Amino acid sequence: MTELPIGTRISIFARLLAIQGAWNYETLLGNGIGFCLEPALRLLPGGVHSPQFHQALARESRYFNAHPYLASVAVGALARAELDGEPPERIERFRTALCGPLGSVGDRLVWAGWLPFCSLASLAIFGIGGGPLAVVGFFLISYNIGHFGLRIWGLNTGWNHGLRVASALGNPVLRRGPQEIGRLAALATGIAIPLALGRVIGPGRGYIGTVLLAVAVGSLLVVRLQRRIEGWRLSLWLLAAFILISVIR
Amino acid sequence: MLVDLLPIAILGGVLGLDVVSFPQAMISRPIVAATLSGALIGQPLSGVLIGAALELIALETLPFGASRYPEWGSASVVGGAIFASHPDHPAGAMTVSVVAALATTWVGGWTMVKLRQLNAVWAGKNRVALEAGARGSVVSLQLKGMTADLARGLLLTAVAYAILAPLSNMLMMLWSVDARVSRCVVVTAAASVAGGAAWKLFHSTSGARWFFIGGLAVGAFVLFVK
Repeated sequence: MTELPIGTRISIFARLLAIQGAWNYETLLGNGIGFCLEPALRLLPGGVHSPQFHQALARESRYFNAHPYLASVAVGALARAELDGEPPERIERFRTALCGPLGSVGDRLVWAGWLPFCSLASLAIFGIGGGPLAVVGFFLISYNIGHFGLRIWGLNTGWNHGLRVASALGNPVLRRGPQEIGRLAALATGIAIPLALGRVIGPGRGYIGTVLLAVAVGSLLVVRLQRRIEGWRLSLWLLAAFILISVIR
Repeated sequence: MLVDLLPIAILGGVLGLDVVSFPQAMISRPIVAATLSGALIGQPLSGVLIGAALELIALETLPFGASRYPEWGSASVVGGAIFASHPDHPAGAMTVSVVAALATTWVGGWTMVKLRQLNAVWAGKNRVALEAGARGSVVSLQLKGMTADLARGLLLTAVAYAILAPLSNMLMMLWSVDARVSRCVVVTAAASVAGGAAWKLFHSTSGARWFFIGGLAVGAFVLFVK
């Protein structure tokens, strides 16, 4: 099969958005992969009642781990492999080999790069006085251009390359993207933090210098304590203590 | 408050679902969730204000794979709704709202772990059918997981808001520290977490520290020029 019917493609894409719906500590994304591939497997000879369909769905619903967005690469490639009638052993080897790269590349590109960058850029917009619509609109549009773009690219790339999809993971965006986005996110961090805290504190500059100094010390503390306590937990305890002091004094 | 409870709980459910299950479009990020929650109360500006403070803290907790992380979607709805319910932003409003959101995010993270364990139990019960490639089992397991996640977020938001909103009102009435100082404390804690998170994320990226310093210079300049 050279082309995936458009209806099947749309159905797979819609299901990709729910790929983690049954995420669990045993099969991780496994059931989600089967769920996403099911519309493609219906195209197997004999349809949903054939032994090929049941064997393929059982195979594809086993343990799998990947970044949820880049799992689209695996889904596209596995759809191609199943419909091309590749031997089951080869498909299973391919599934095993694909887990690691799709997880680490996605984590670095999206969770440690694109998401913090979009978040910090929207905080910078907030800091320079952007209204709720501008801040939220910028964040959602910029983030989801990357998000949906990656899922669509992944599905197409996986389908086009089939079991030879590993070569596509050498794409410059995936290879150099995390570094470049990391630098941009560092720039956005520098811009966003003073501006955002300036806006939250409100008009007047009386406290800004002290707060910036306290933030520098606080950041150092968060980094030093990172193996013992997460920053959000630390801030919860500190702010809870502050509430206690404020109400009992 | 009771009139607000149902729409807030529904919003918390939908945004809680976005965290992992569907569609992970990051409408569950605090900057979005708290703003939407504020808008629901009729105070989007209050929502974005607390959303920004929470977003700074949330930068530290990114949803890496199987790691256990706090659930920000429902929690930001709770924090945003509490803060937006006090549009004149009395002293302590931001502090108690942020603490309410942080407490909810903690419980929310725990409920997510429980849900994942429940998903594993359901998958275990369907093992024979899944190994036979039964289409119905694969699809129903996925739908059941998502429905349970929606219900989880909805219940969590409803319970957290019902408990924490009156408690927050009470604390605000007893508040004794100046409003401006209170906000400075919150923002210092939030920005410290963000600073620490940024270091953890980017310190190994070559040249990132110069980009950060450059950005800091621009940010500080704009702040003092404004």
